[in-house]
Amino acid sequence: MSDNNSHKDSFEYVNPDLVDNILSQYPDKRSATLPLLHLAQTQEGYISNAVVDTVAQITETHPAEVMDCASFYTMFYLRVQGRYILQVCQTLSCSLNGADALVDHITDRYGIGPGETTPDGKFTLMKVECLGSCGTAPVVQINNDYHEGLSKEILDELLESLQ
Amino acid sequence: MSDFQPILTEHIHQKECHTLSFYISVGGYSALEKVLAMSADDVIELVKASNLRGRGGAGFPAGVKWSFIPQDGEKPKYLINNADESEPGTFKDRLLINKTPHQILEGMIIASYAIGCNTAFIYIRGEFFKEYQLLEKVVAEAYEGNFLGKGILGSDYDLDVVIHRGAGAYICGEETGLIESLEGKRGWPRIKPPFPAIEGYLKCPTVVNNVETLSNLPHIINRGPEWFKSIGPEKGPGPKLFCVSGNVNSPGVFEEPMGIPLKDLIFDLAGGIKDGNELKAVFPGGSSSAILTAEEALSVNMDFDSLAEIKTMLGSAGVIVMDEKVDMVQACLNIARFYAHESCGQCTPCREGTAWLVKILTRITSGDGNSNDIDMILEITDNIGGLIDFSKGSFGKTICPFGEAVAWPVRSFVEKFENNFRQYISQEESVT
Ligand SMILES: Cc1cc2nc3c(=O)[nH]c(=O)nc-3n(C[C@H](O)[C@H](O)[C@H](O)COP(=O)(O)O)c2cc1C
Ligand code: SF4
Ligand code: FES
Repeated sequence: MSDNNSHKDSFEYVNPDLVDNILSQYPDKRSATLPLLHLAQTQEGYISNAVVDTVAQITETHPAEVMDCASFYTMFYLRVQGRYILQVCQTLSCSLNGADALVDHITDRYGIGPGETTPDGKFTLMKVECLGSCGTAPVVQINNDYHEGLSKEILDELLESLQ
Repeated sequence: MSDFQPILTEHIHQKECHTLSFYISVGGYSALEKVLAMSADDVIELVKASNLRGRGGAGFPAGVKWSFIPQDGEKPKYLINNADESEPGTFKDRLLINKTPHQILEGMIIASYAIGCNTAFIYIRGEFFKEYQLLEKVVAEAYEGNFLGKGILGSDYDLDVVIHRGAGAYICGEETGLIESLEGKRGWPRIKPPFPAIEGYLKCPTVVNNVETLSNLPHIINRGPEWFKSIGPEKGPGPKLFCVSGNVNSPGVFEEPMGIPLKDLIFDLAGGIKDGNELKAVFPGGSSSAILTAEEALSVNMDFDSLAEIKTMLGSAGVIVMDEKVDMVQACLNIARFYAHESCGQCTPCREGTAWLVKILTRITSGDGNSNDIDMILEITDNIGGLIDFSKGSFGKTICPFGEAVAWPVRSFVEKFENNFRQYISQEESVT
C-alpha cells in the first residue's frame, strides 16, 4: 500500500478541541479510550502504533492496555484497509436471505476473499456478524452506511457508484 | 390484522417524528414534569407496581433493579442505556432510536431521577453510526429545551447524558462486559456478585436498562401501573416490540401486547412463509433462545412465562423464522460460528467449546461426520452451559450467561432435529 505508515512514529489529533471535549464528558480519563480510538481512526484510517502511544499518553494508561483494548474490537483496524470496507452480514437472517451469494459475488468481481483488499486499495471485503437490521436482510455495511435489502444487481449499482 | 393501538410506536409513520417539537406536540416530556414533582421513592414504587420487566433479554423487573441502588453512599450513581442491540434477529431498538429518540431520552431522565444519578450514558453499538449522529442532535436539542443539564425544567435536578459508541463486540451487550468497555477496556464480563447495582461503572452503583424498557416509562407514569398491567399477562405485561425476520413475506418490527400468539406474528403480521413453503422452525427470542419446532411455534404465546414453560425464552423477542428448505445443520453451524467468533475468550469452556462446536459441525456438513459427533456436541454444550434446569434457573460454568446462550440453541437443534444430523452422518457412513 502506498501510504502504509504503520512505522510513522508520531501521531497527533488534527483537532485537539475534539479531544478535550471527549475528555470533559467522562469522570475518568481511561473511559475516553474508545472515543479517542474512534476519532483517531477517522483521521488515520486505522489504529497505528503511534495512535496507541498517543491515546495511552492522554488516558494515562500503558500503551499495552490501549493495544489490549483496541485489538479486542472488530471495528478497530490495526492495519491499513481499503477506502471502501464492504462488510457483509453473514448471520442467520441474512444468510437465509442470500448473504452468502453476495460474498461470492464480491469475490468473483474483485478477486478478493474475506479479509483481503484489492491491489489498488479501493475495496476490502469483510464478513461481519448481525448488524441489527435483520428485517431488511441481506445487509451490507459500506464504511459507516447501511445498505439493506440487497440483491446482486443493486449491489453492483452501488459498487459502481463508489469512486 | 391486529387491532392493538401501538403505544411505543404510535407516531413512527409521521414525518419528523424524531424531533423535539413533534414529541412535545404529542405530549412528550409531560411524564417528566410529573416525575420531577414526585419523590424518587414514589417513582420507584410506581414502576415496581407496573410489573415492567426488562426488554433487553433477561426480563428482570425494572423497578426492583432500581431499588437495589444504595441510597446512603457517597459515590455517584450511574444509569446506562443499553443500545448495543446485537442479538441476532433483533432490530427494535434501532427503530426506536430512529423514530422516537426523545421518548427514550425521557425514559432515561425518569430512570436517572429515580435512582438519583446525575450522569447517564447511552452505550450504542459502533455500527449504528447514523443513529449515533441522530442521538447527538437529539441530546443537544434536549439540553436547549432544559430537559437535560442544570435545574431541569426549573427543578433542582441536574442530569448530563453522554453518548458512547461501542466498536463491534456482541459481548458488550452483556451488562458487565458493557461496563468494562465503557471504562476503556476490552469487554470482558465480570463475575457476579457484586452486581452492577452495588459495584458497576468505576465501582459505583449502576443500573443498566435496555432502550425499549426505558421507552415504556413515560407511558407508565402518564397512564399508571394498572393501565400497564391490563395489557397482556399481569406478571409480565405491557406493549412489546417483536422483530420478525428470516423466511417470511413481510419481515419487520411489530408492536403488540405481551402474550400475542407466535402464530399470529408469523402468519398474520409478517405475512406468512415465503414462496408458499411450510414452516419448519423458529427462534422465538433471538439466537440465544432454544429453537422451536413448527408444532411448538404454532401453539405458544409470546410472553416471558409461556416461553419459559416450554424451555425457551422471550429474550430480545427476535423471532427468526425458518422454512422447510432450511438445512438445520447448516443453520446450527451458522449460529455456532457466530458464538465462536463472539466469545470473549475469558472462560475456557466457552472459548474452546464454541471452537469445537464449529469444528464438529463443519465436519458433519462437509460429509466427514461420524455417529459419535452428535453425542460429542451434546457433551460440549453441557460443559459450556452446565446442566440446564429452567425451573431452578441454574447457571453453568462460565462467567457470564453467554455460555447458556450458546448451549441452549445448539442443544435444541440437535434434540429437536436429530434426524437432519443423522442424515448427514448415515450418508457418510453408508459410503465408507
Ligand atoms: C451475551 C449477552 C448479550 C446481551 N446483549 C444485549 C443487548 O444487545 N442489548 C440489551 O439491552 N441487553 C443485552 N443483554 C442483556 C443485558 O446483560 C442486561 O440484562 C440488560 O441490558 C438489562 O436491561 P433490561 O433490564 O432493561 O432488560 C445481553 C446479555 C448477554 C448475556
Ligand atoms: S461465558 Fe464466554 S463470553 Fe461470557 S465471559 Fe466466559 S468466555 Fe466470555
Ligand atoms: S442477521 Fe444480518 S443484520 Fe441481523
